[in-house]
Amino acid sequence: MTECPIEPVSIDVREVLKGVGDDLMQQSVTLHSYLVTRPTGRAVRMAIETQLPGAGQLSLSVIDFSEVMLIDFSCADEVVAKLLQQYLADEPPDAFFIFRGVHEAQWNQILTVLDRQSLAAVVERDAGVFELVGVSSEDEDRVWGQLEERGVVDTEEIETLFGAHADRQALSSLFSRGLAFRNPGSGSIHALSRLVRHLL
Amino acid sequence: MVSLLLAGTVAGRGGSGVPLLELPESPDVAGYLVRMAFHEAAADVFEYEAPARRAKGGGSDVLLEITRIQTNADIHRVVDRVQGRAGTILSTKLGYPPTSAVPFAVILSEVCQNIIEHAEGPGWVAAQSYNWSKRLGRFVVVISVMDSGRGFRGSLMGEHSARYGDRWSDATALEAAFLHGLTRFPDSGRGQGIQQMRKQVRKWKGLISARSGSARITQVPEWDDSPPLVDGLAQLPGAQISIVLPAKGAGDS
Repeated sequence: MTECPIEPVSIDVREVLKGVGDDLMQQSVTLHSYLVTRPTGRAVRMAIETQLPGAGQLSLSVIDFSEVMLIDFSCADEVVAKLLQQYLADEPPDAFFIFRGVHEAQWNQILTVLDRQSLAAVVERDAGVFELVGVSSEDEDRVWGQLEERGVVDTEEIETLFGAHADRQALSSLFSRGLAFRNPGSGSIHALSRLVRHLL
Repeated sequence: MVSLLLAGTVAGRGGSGVPLLELPESPDVAGYLVRMAFHEAAADVFEYEAPARRAKGGGSDVLLEITRIQTNADIHRVVDRVQGRAGTILSTKLGYPPTSAVPFAVILSEVCQNIIEHAEGPGWVAAQSYNWSKRLGRFVVVISVMDSGRGFRGSLMGEHSARYGDRWSDATALEAAFLHGLTRFPDSGRGQGIQQMRKQVRKWKGLISARSGSARITQVPEWDDSPPLVDGLAQLPGAQISIVLPAKGAGDS
């Protein structure tokens, strides 16, 4: 198997929020666990973007929400939906994301913004359990599930596993939506979760 | 109280100086004003004789004292302030699960952002629980938000008035924002605040209404008989959003 040319990084949203919080909140409050208001969300998203490699370089980021107590819809739109949209504009996408530590207090807001923008994302709610959430077709769900189960599908297995027309289309859609990764060198296909296992 | 602050703000713009305010002497009213931190907010708006000793606000039924909203930092403070109290009051007075503090704080955040992003003018927010024993036979929590900005019609006019033609009015502007989620921003991620507030309030079988200019639009729950849309009211500068969350009834899941 060819080594994967992508080095995932973990970004703790609470730490990012701390960094941008003092400016936004005029150093008068230290509310670094509440991800609320659109300007805060925008600042956090932009701070996350600065941690990503430049255009044309592959990246996989684990955006960690586990220390965020609360996120409102405006912030979810900025930090989740707009972050994804920015990088999906590239064809094929070169930045991939996994949202980690998403808990009950954030779940509805994140699902809502994904639905509203017809986006999907790979999310880890319970430790080690990854879900495809947001808007996706039945075929995408099925193929993503198979890939998630396998972790990696080598080039020679692709035709056997995903040879059907519907599967190929779904796989292609998962690539273009940044929900699965194809190694540009070997052609092997990777579940995003498999690529970040060592970070979890 | 929040309406009084708005009235004072508007009166103060008239060029005749800072408006005078004479407060009632009833100890109940005086105590209520203190608990809701009315005097702190009113000092910027009115000329009046404030009580010599200001007791600390935040009595047991107060979820959020009157808080001026002008910057995003104000919203962060509001969210922080209600986090501790909301769980307790929503569960003890309304019978909601303790986890309801989260959607409650999210509602507050979104409704306050409405002031900053759309009104472009200062506003106030307050939340308090009341015993509506006669009216409803239950406790309620009331959130009131008002601003002295340009109102829904003014906010949407540039982007959306043309498509309404002669029908463009305070009422159609409220319908556009409240029912259809339109905003002045072309960004499709905008406009979901009010929609999500409506959805959450509906889950809690509550009432939410928005008033601006000469119109008011209401998402009416079963227990209320307000008309969904009223036009021809006295002009209200800016906007008012009111949310009433009732205690769970015996048959509520």
